[in-house]
Amino acid sequence: MHSHGTTPAPQQPHAGGWNTFLQGLWKENPVFIQVLGMCPTLAVSNSVVNAVSMGLATLFVLLMSNLAVSLVRRLIPDQIRIATFIVIIATFVTVAEYLLQAVSVEVYQALGAYVPLIVVNCIILGRAESFASKNPPLPSLVDALGMGLGFVVAISSMGVLREVLGAGTFMGWPVFGERFEPWVIFVLPGGGFFVLGALMLGVVAINNRTKRGTP
Amino acid sequence: MNNASLWSLFLNAAVINNFVLSLFLGICPFLGISGKRDTAFRMGVAVIFVMVVSSAAAYGIHHLLVWLNAEYLQLIAYIAVIASTVQLVEMIIKKFSPALFRALGIYLPLITTNCAILGVALFQTLREYTLAQSLVFSLGSGVGFTLALMLMAGFREDLALAEVPSLVKGTALTLMLAGILSLTFMGFGGLGG
Repeated sequence: MHSHGTTPAPQQPHAGGWNTFLQGLWKENPVFIQVLGMCPTLAVSNSVVNAVSMGLATLFVLLMSNLAVSLVRRLIPDQIRIATFIVIIATFVTVAEYLLQAVSVEVYQALGAYVPLIVVNCIILGRAESFASKNPPLPSLVDALGMGLGFVVAISSMGVLREVLGAGTFMGWPVFGERFEPWVIFVLPGGGFFVLGALMLGVVAINNRTKRGTP
Repeated sequence: MNNASLWSLFLNAAVINNFVLSLFLGICPFLGISGKRDTAFRMGVAVIFVMVVSSAAAYGIHHLLVWLNAEYLQLIAYIAVIASTVQLVEMIIKKFSPALFRALGIYLPLITTNCAILGVALFQTLREYTLAQSLVFSLGSGVGFTLALMLMAGFREDLALAEVPSLVKGTALTLMLAGILSLTFMGFGGLGG
């Protein structure tokens, strides 16, 4: 049916179950393991509120686009599939943009151009291409939920670390009291790179340990 | 903002608010293709070209959409334009310089998902630049992107010979380096005012 140049990846056994969900959340975490979606992870993780809103907006777009792609997967000619995916994704990003504007104008303005930039978040196109275009709607939704939550966890942990260290607050509430001198570098661009690098080191270390623990 | 002089606009986009190191756009190719100076440079040139062409196209489209009262189509129109610009560039290069086409290889189609390109189109709309300003802004952004990519590639070529703990090898080390580079670029902050 498919006319791929290479053979399409074999369908995973039990696709869509608990395993698919866990895959996205930890084993194949889009940010820490696959190194996708770096731009929003670094750019809008300077405060907890921004990071969580960006994570949820991306989760919404990922769920909807995976569902839509999976529903029309048999109708799309192979040659124009990427263009079709992009148009589907762009549609839902526009929806998300207006939704966010309706829910909170402040957050919408703080995120700025990074909301429309969800279109080019490689996680979403990646899942459409490698999972939703080959699997039925329900497993695709589970996959989107796992990957999306994996992204939310990653970007939120960045947000928490950077806001607590860089501004001394958590969601605007001071944590350390009066005498704490904030490490401003953590909310600056350079700090974003450092925090992400450190988190990745942590993930590699944990994965190495579990590998050694279970031969 | 929209009466900024062309030179300050260029300088601003290229070094002060460098797309990669301070706005975090185009990080994927920055991490992925910065292994060798040679390929980094070619990628940079291709990006500059696509950026300038798609910026001019986005300028036209924005005004057309405003005239039609259909601004909600902006995002879809932009991404379609960028995808077709990349396709066009691919065809032109293939026709006139097959050698360059082979050298760029897979990097050409990848430019479509480079968020820096869409970023340029969105920022110029947001800041209401004129056509000349848009072109200079996109050129500056492209040069800034190439600059960051080349610097990183230089570091990583040297690092390949250095001994580092196996734990930090790979992305983590690259990110730390990018952090230091980003701090360095903050030093340009006083240039533009």
